[in-house]
Amino acid sequence: MLKVRDLSVAFRTEQGMVHAVDDVSFDVGEGELLGVVGESGSGKTVSLLAVMGLITDPNAVITGSIQYRGRELVGLKPREMRALRGKEIAMIFQDPMTALTPVYTIGWQIAEQVLAHEKISKAAAWQRTIDLLAEVNIPNPRETVHRYPHQLSGGMRQRVVIAMALSCNPALLVADEPTTALDVTVQAQILDLLRKLRKNHGSAIVFITHDMGVMAEIADRMLVMYAGRVVERGKKEELFLQPLHPYTRALLDSIPPLTGKKPKRLRAIPGAPPNLLNRPPGCAFAPRCIERFEKCSAEPALGYGMHTAACFRVSS
Amino acid sequence: MSTPLLEVVDVAKRFSVGTRFSRQGVRIVHALDGVSFTVMPGETLGLVGESGCGKSTLGRCITRLYDLTSGRLRFAGTDISLLSQRQMRPLRRRIQMVFQDPYASLNPRRRVRDLIAEPLRVHTSMADAEIGRRVSELLDIVGLKPDHAMRFPHEFSGGQRQRIGIARAIALNPELIVLDEPVSALDVSVQAQIVNLLADLQERLNLTYIFIAHDLSVVRQVSTRIAVMYLGSIVEMGSADDIFLRPAHPYTQALISAVPVPDLAAQGSAKRIVLTGDVPSPVNPPPGCRFHTRCPIAQERCRVERPVRTDCGPGRSVACHFPNDVVHTS
Repeated sequence: MLKVRDLSVAFRTEQGMVHAVDDVSFDVGEGELLGVVGESGSGKTVSLLAVMGLITDPNAVITGSIQYRGRELVGLKPREMRALRGKEIAMIFQDPMTALTPVYTIGWQIAEQVLAHEKISKAAAWQRTIDLLAEVNIPNPRETVHRYPHQLSGGMRQRVVIAMALSCNPALLVADEPTTALDVTVQAQILDLLRKLRKNHGSAIVFITHDMGVMAEIADRMLVMYAGRVVERGKKEELFLQPLHPYTRALLDSIPPLTGKKPKRLRAIPGAPPNLLNRPPGCAFAPRCIERFEKCSAEPALGYGMHTAACFRVSS
Repeated sequence: MSTPLLEVVDVAKRFSVGTRFSRQGVRIVHALDGVSFTVMPGETLGLVGESGCGKSTLGRCITRLYDLTSGRLRFAGTDISLLSQRQMRPLRRRIQMVFQDPYASLNPRRRVRDLIAEPLRVHTSMADAEIGRRVSELLDIVGLKPDHAMRFPHEFSGGQRQRIGIARAIALNPELIVLDEPVSALDVSVQAQIVNLLADLQERLNLTYIFIAHDLSVVRQVSTRIAVMYLGSIVEMGSADDIFLRPAHPYTQALISAVPVPDLAAQGSAKRIVLTGDVPSPVNPPPGCRFHTRCPIAQERCRVERPVRTDCGPGRSVACHFPNDVVHTS
């Protein structure tokens, strides 16, 4: 249903072009949960903001193609994008406090979105709001609609943001680190909720996170991003059990285990991700890679097929 | 048996919020309540718990950045709980702190050289040349390059900034370092570098750590012993293995089970205990056991009688009326 091809997002800055997202391609099938993992600055958020049409920076240069159910989204007029966004494609942000306005009640904020997209009466929109809050397990929804965001806990606020995203029954939901700001016990509640909603609504979800544990739990397929590019793509099982790219393997190895024997030292990845202003030629991970060889000075391409990695070690 | 480096006895910390003009008047936040433990030289005590459980407040009480409301702190045999800030000064060399946010804890207008030299200038009478040598030595110890000395904090990545913070903390050869979420703001690949660095430094410089974090897998990796906190109190304490392999308190069990594990093989076997609701407000902590409002095995007794933390094995204690009861998983 979503087809992204050769998407690149670059930002003009005083120091030169920053290539935040570089030639990224992926698909999302109906009802599927695609996980996008990567470290900060890997381009995972920027690429999905491009899908949402939310990059409004005049210095951003977006190229490539984003097709939603056959319709091209790149170059769509802001008006047309607004009609789509919220109704067909909705987004859940990381920090629910900044995603909600502090000066209106949460009920007003959800009902406003319903009224903007659907021709229903105010009373019906209000009723829908209460039903939505009940669906995301908010206690006493009839009273909670009158509350302001600051009166709710972090977990509650995140539920409100989820309710808002679901308000028009979107076919595609983009969730950007929806549980990162939450405590683990609350994160478990939210993940349970997302699983339940997925079953009931059948929406496809693109889930951005840096937490491999969360991925292991809910993803169907995954993309691993590094320095603005997709370095590996595959089913969750394939990625966890037979990771192809040295970066994916190193990332999994650097997580301290919660069970089993405690290693004497963690296997850290030396160095830091490259500066996107002057990306080194060739494979971006090569300077930190223990498996690099002569070929890595050229740029590896992501192969075709279901499970593939952008690495010369894999293709050779 | 050696003597403990730090003894914390029945420490409480209360903050008042609001003024008499606020709608609800002056309210009291019970941030810490009856916290006791000892830390032996050379060990790492991990403090875990969710946001608002008081773990950072405890760290700041230990370093005396906060005054205690009640209770006693003994550091290397000396009672430091009532010392004035001036009297604390000589002890500051021996107790240091590393903060969570390496972006906020370094002065952006000072060069790395000056940032690391600052504790040396304040606490020692070292000559400039000597300080210069010590700064280069410290840069090397924490894995930074000599030419980094002249740069400003904004020129560094998060991991490198945390290395600068660590260099500042170890500059005076302290005995105890309180690390408040030192790796939480970092990406996993960099987080592992810092965890390894901290382990190396501990061995090399004979450091004792109090490691505050909410990430359970990191705490397990670094800690010899772990204290689990909930709403201002320690609910369970024991060796890292005891806490993770045989958690006795229902909260510890729920906390550990809630961590998503990046291991598909372990996924099927693990049973998750999903707690309902949120942590109650520390302004009005619930009566009885503070966890009873969310506890899956709470009974009438838990609602009225507050459990006392009692020993239940070597170096192990738990504050629960029904420890080790199997929590029913859904």
